[in-house]
Amino acid sequence: MDKPSNFVVERAAFPQLFAALDTRGYTIVGPTVRDGAIVYDALRGVDDLPIGWTDAQDGGVYRLARRADAALFGYNTSPHAWKKFLYPPAVRLTHARRENGAWRVMENDDAPPRYAFLGVRACDLAAIEIQDKVFLQGAYQDSIYAARREPAFILAVNCAQAGGTCFCASMGTGPRATQGFDLALTEILEAEQHYFLVQVGTERGAEVLNELAHRQATDEEMARAEKILLETAQHMGRTLDTRDLKALLYQNYEHPHWNAVAARCLACANCTLVCPTCFCSTMEDVTDLSGENAERWRKWDSCFTMDFSYIHGGSVRQTHRARYRQWLTHKLATWIDQFGTSGCVGCGRCITWCPVAIDLTAEVRALRDTETIKGA
Amino acid sequence: MQTLEPILAEHPFLQGLAPEYMQLLVSCASNVRFNSGEYIFQTGQAADKFYIVRQGKVALETPSPTHGELTILTVGPGDVLGWSWLVSPYRWHFDARVLEVTRAIAFDARCLRDKCDANHDLGYEMMKRFAQVFIERLEATRLQLLDVYAVHT
Amino acid sequence: MLSTLDSFPARADAHPMQPRLYRAHKRHRETPDTFTLELEAAQDDAPFTFAPGQFNMLYVFGVGEVPISICGDPKRSNLLLHTTRDVGMVTHALSRIKRGDVIGVRGPFGTGWDVERAVTRDVLIVAGGIGLAPLRPVLYSILAQRERFGHVSLLYGARMPEELLYMPELQKWRARLDLDVAVTVDRGTRHWRGDVGVVTTLIPKAACDPARTTAFVCGPEVMMRFTIFELQKRGVSDENIVLSMERNMKCGIGLCGHCQWGPHFICRQGPVFRYNEIRDWFALKEI
Repeated sequence: MDKPSNFVVERAAFPQLFAALDTRGYTIVGPTVRDGAIVYDALRGVDDLPIGWTDAQDGGVYRLARRADAALFGYNTSPHAWKKFLYPPAVRLTHARRENGAWRVMENDDAPPRYAFLGVRACDLAAIEIQDKVFLQGAYQDSIYAARREPAFILAVNCAQAGGTCFCASMGTGPRATQGFDLALTEILEAEQHYFLVQVGTERGAEVLNELAHRQATDEEMARAEKILLETAQHMGRTLDTRDLKALLYQNYEHPHWNAVAARCLACANCTLVCPTCFCSTMEDVTDLSGENAERWRKWDSCFTMDFSYIHGGSVRQTHRARYRQWLTHKLATWIDQFGTSGCVGCGRCITWCPVAIDLTAEVRALRDTETIKGA
Repeated sequence: MQTLEPILAEHPFLQGLAPEYMQLLVSCASNVRFNSGEYIFQTGQAADKFYIVRQGKVALETPSPTHGELTILTVGPGDVLGWSWLVSPYRWHFDARVLEVTRAIAFDARCLRDKCDANHDLGYEMMKRFAQVFIERLEATRLQLLDVYAVHT
Repeated sequence: MLSTLDSFPARADAHPMQPRLYRAHKRHRETPDTFTLELEAAQDDAPFTFAPGQFNMLYVFGVGEVPISICGDPKRSNLLLHTTRDVGMVTHALSRIKRGDVIGVRGPFGTGWDVERAVTRDVLIVAGGIGLAPLRPVLYSILAQRERFGHVSLLYGARMPEELLYMPELQKWRARLDLDVAVTVDRGTRHWRGDVGVVTTLIPKAACDPARTTAFVCGPEVMMRFTIFELQKRGVSDENIVLSMERNMKCGIGLCGHCQWGPHFICRQGPVFRYNEIRDWFALKEI
């Protein structure tokens, strides 16, 4: 299919992107090597990118590795998701102060950061779209998310390789970024060449592109990018059969396989923390020693904790079985009823970062293969 | 004397009972009235009657040395009072104390047992009806045991 | 600044996470471990409107927030009433509130009982324990327009006579000729002259035409399950059995995820549900 606005930016011109975003007042965040992983953090320039690095991922396994080339975006998913910027892990909701014995709720006048996200994968774009549905498109919107989301500049990078735990092709979310970006790149390294095929998504994206040396892409260059993405799609480390997935899970709440997962699950909550769509939070109350200041903080929470479902008398989901079932069924089934979309984008993070290598694609397969109650 | 049949037929416990059985029952039945505070029966006494309550309220009690009389259940209009007459050794396990003036139909247990023994169709009919009462009481007792309103610590 | 962006549609409550200040007008004990708080606006005089069955998040500064149903008269919008039990850290702090103390209030949230749908019908209000609190506004609403309803009964069960809520009001309601009030306790002593037995035992005797009856049910989940059995046995249809569910809640607006119950967010699609909508979920354990 012919793309109307495809351009080429040479690797040598890429650093100009940082200046263009910087002058627009963006806080630039993107991939960088830290603590033995490629994480998302503030970037000062192109040298902060994981140049020449990649990762090897499998169930419960993540290893940094050197590439034979100097690719900027030659890795797969990060343990971080962009939600840490849009939906901060800890954020103050309320600050009240007692003055002359009377409580006053203070105005929260912190200006929200304006982020430019560099290197958003197609799966993560889909995840942002899903969190938009959760936080912005219901009866109530989350003003903290809204304030960060609306100005965010998104530079997507198509995946030139698939990771060992990736299954975006099964979920229909990747590996190509199709919408929701300002600019989308495909990084191409071949022979002596190193360039980016650029697709413009918005007017804002076009303005930024205009500050970078670029030219119209040739048909060969576009075909090269197509070929890369096709290959990526064909090399997914995992697959998930999504046919009638909602019905499958709704009909198998009492499937014995949940016990098998529960026997392995540590309820450590890693999967929920690395998941780019998981959105649960809790509240924490903080006071200072004087007792004159009281704050409420919203923090990421996980349905894997015992406290999560606590009501007077005890927790509703006492067992690991119930908590894993809740997570998986929410992600793949009830989410559809709640938000009109699956809650899974196929990024594979939950598989990589599970300390005991529980693999949701395998769990679904096990449910499907041994389904006790046959779906319609 | 007015026959008890229409009164019996009105009571939920005997609703829809075939007329021939009704006639058998009537011959064992008598109209009774108890005043507030009276005991209809007491623990350990011979269970020689059972009652279907038409009006009033009766408490089934059991004494406790530290809590006084504990009420297990109150029965009122439409309810059945007493089933110890059905099973050996035919002794009451609770006190039945009248809370509000109570009108009931009393059935002579020996009379009814004899009739049921002689006519198993009647016996079966009565057992079915009592089974219903047993099950309802058992379910209610289970719910009571669950103590669902308790504060959990 | 917490801004609402132009590009997103404006909502009724632009700052649902910001508590409004309310002052304790009165706190009185209902039973040994429950109490009622009467609150009045400390920030502005905007009347507080709510539907029977909705709840508020009550915030004790520095201690925390709890979801508590609103139990006052929807017509009296100047006073906000909450009855709660002293069982946790926040409810304990609430139990020590003095007249004049200020707390934060967010709400009202959730769905209501939809009393309007019961107009012309017989009504059974079945309450267990503190479950009477969220049902009291239903009674206020019905009694304010009593002629629009058929036969109305309140069936109320509690653990012990000392644990019955709203005793003076129960006595007043009991004296009315247009309202049947049946009260029972699970355990009685000689001091109690009322009924002893679980609340479900009141259902077979309640005066109503099951085919045109709406039942509003609130209490512990086990009590509600047995109540549903009894109502079904009487012939009340599932869509006319309405109940209020409880789950952990942190935000009240469907964003924190805690109150999920299958596909439902109890704070948004609930807490009040028609039984036919939730039948399948009600039967599942650890959901």
